[in-house]
Amino acid sequence: MDKPIISAQNLDLFYGDFQALHGINLDFDANKISALIGPSGCGKSTFLRCLNRMNDMIDGVKITGTVQFHGQDIYSPQVNLVELRKSIGMVFQQPNPFPFSVYDNITYGLRIAGVRDKQQLDAIVERSLKQAAVWDEIKDNLYDNALAFSGGQQQRICIARVLAVSPSVILMDEPTSALDPISSAKIENTLLELKKDYTIIIVTHNLQQASRISDKTAFFMEGRIVEYDDTTKMFVNPDDKQTEDYVSGRFG
Amino acid sequence: MNRTQKQSRTAILILRLIAGLVVLILAFLIGYIFITGLPNVSWRFLTSPAKAFTAGGGIGIQLFNSIYLLILAMLISLPIALGASIYLNEYAKDNWFTSTIRTAIEILSSLPSVVVGLFGFLLFVIQFNYGFSIISGALTLTIFNLPLLTRNIEEALAGVSDDQRQGGLGLGLSKYETIIHIVVPAALPGIISGIILCSGRVFGEAAALIYTAGQSAPALNFGDWNPFNIDSPLSPLRPAETLAVHIWKINSEGIMPDLTKVSSGAAAVLVLAILIFNLSARYIGRKVFEKMTSVN
Repeated sequence: MDKPIISAQNLDLFYGDFQALHGINLDFDANKISALIGPSGCGKSTFLRCLNRMNDMIDGVKITGTVQFHGQDIYSPQVNLVELRKSIGMVFQQPNPFPFSVYDNITYGLRIAGVRDKQQLDAIVERSLKQAAVWDEIKDNLYDNALAFSGGQQQRICIARVLAVSPSVILMDEPTSALDPISSAKIENTLLELKKDYTIIIVTHNLQQASRISDKTAFFMEGRIVEYDDTTKMFVNPDDKQTEDYVSGRFG
Repeated sequence: MNRTQKQSRTAILILRLIAGLVVLILAFLIGYIFITGLPNVSWRFLTSPAKAFTAGGGIGIQLFNSIYLLILAMLISLPIALGASIYLNEYAKDNWFTSTIRTAIEILSSLPSVVVGLFGFLLFVIQFNYGFSIISGALTLTIFNLPLLTRNIEEALAGVSDDQRQGGLGLGLSKYETIIHIVVPAALPGIISGIILCSGRVFGEAAALIYTAGQSAPALNFGDWNPFNIDSPLSPLRPAETLAVHIWKINSEGIMPDLTKVSSGAAAVLVLAILIFNLSARYIGRKVFEKMTSVN
C-alpha cells in the first residue's frame, strides 16, 4: 500500500466552546476519489476545509491534532499557506466564477503568480477547460463573462480554474448540489477522468453520487467518523449498523 | 372586499401619495431653479470672470475652481478612504478598536460642514499658514468627504460575495492578492458610483470652503499652467471661490446690479452639475462593470 497523500490524525475542531470534530483519523490515497458523507451538520464540510486550512478564516476556530500532506504537517508555522492552497485546490458548493471573462478566470491565478507568456496561458486555458469537460461547449466564447454561462458550465469553469494552477489534490464541497442532474452527471464524468492525475476528496449529500464515483467513503455522524472503507463495502455490507441505516435511507 | 383587503389598499394609496409628494417637491425645486436660472446661462456666462460692481459678470473662474478643488480633494481622499475601507471590511476584527474607528467615522460624517470649515480655517489656514487657498480648501473637503466615501466604498466591498474571496484563497492567492485582484475589481462599479455620489456632495459644498478656500476669485492667467506661479489656474496656494460659495456670497453681500440673474444662473449650473453626477453614478458604474466583465 502506498503512503497516503493526506493524513489526518486525532483532529479536533472547536467553534468557540462547541466541538465540531472529535478525534478524526483519516488517510486519503493518491489518485483516488474519496467521498465524505453524512447528515447535515455532521462535520464533513468542516473537516474538508481543515485540509487546506480554509477554516483559518473563521474567527474563534481552534484546531488540535495534525493534518499531513506528503508527510508534512500543514498546521506547522513554517507552512506557506498560499503554496499549500495551490497544491490543495478547492471547488465550492456554489459556482463562484469571478465576474470576469472565462479566459481571465482561468488565467488569474497564473498571471498573479507571474506567468505572462500568452502562448503558455492559451495552452493552459485549453488544457484546463478540456480536463474539466467544458471546452467544447464554450471554446468560442472564452472572452465572455463567466457569469453568463449556465450553473453547470460555471461550476466546470471553476473546476478548470483550480486545475490551471496544477494542484495535486482537489477538495470539493458539494460541487453538484446546486446543479441539475444533467450538469451533475457531466461533472461526475469529469471527476472520473480527473482522478488519473489528481486526488479528489468530495463532500456530497447525494449517496448515489458517492457510490457511483468514489473509491472510498467515510461516513460522518455528529463530528465523528463512524466508518471509513471501500465504497463498495460501505454501500453493500457496512460493518456498522448506523452506516447501514444511513446508506439505505432509513434516516438522514 | 373584506376588511384586510381594504386596509391594505388604503395603506398602499397613502404610501403612494407620500412618495408622490416627495417627487413633487423635488420636481418643483429643480423646475423652479432651472426655469429662473437656465435662461441666464450662456457660453459667455460660463466662461467669463465675475464682475463685482457692474452687470454682465460670469462664473468662469468659480466653475473652474469648483472642478479643480473637487479633483484635488478626491485625489487626496480616495487613497485614504480606499485603504480605510479595505482595512475595515477585510481585515479588522470585531473589537473595541474597530468599533472606535467606526464610531469616529459616524461622528465625522455627522459634523456640520461649517464646523469642519472652521476647523480647517484654524488648522490649515492659520496653523499651517496655507492662507485662504486651494490646498486649504482641498484638505478641508477631504475631512468633510472622507467618512462618506469610506462608508460608500466599504459598502461596495461588503457587497462582494464571500464566495469570491474563498474562490481566490482556494486558488492559492494570498489574502492581499485576493482583495486587490478579485474583491476590489468586483466592487469597482459600486466604488465608482460611490465616488461620483460623493463628488456631487463635495461639488455643492459651501460652508466648509468659505473660511478655507476663501471668498475671492482673483483673475487667472489661463495661458500659464505652471502650478508654482500664483496666477496659474493650477496654483494650489491661490484663493479660490467656488461656485457654491459664489452663490452664497453674492446673495449675502453682492452689489452688482444683475445679482439675481447671476445668482439664479449659477444655481442652475450647480444643480445641473450635481444632477449629472447623481444620474451618471449608476450608469457609469454599470458600464464599468460590463466593460470589466467582458473582454469583447
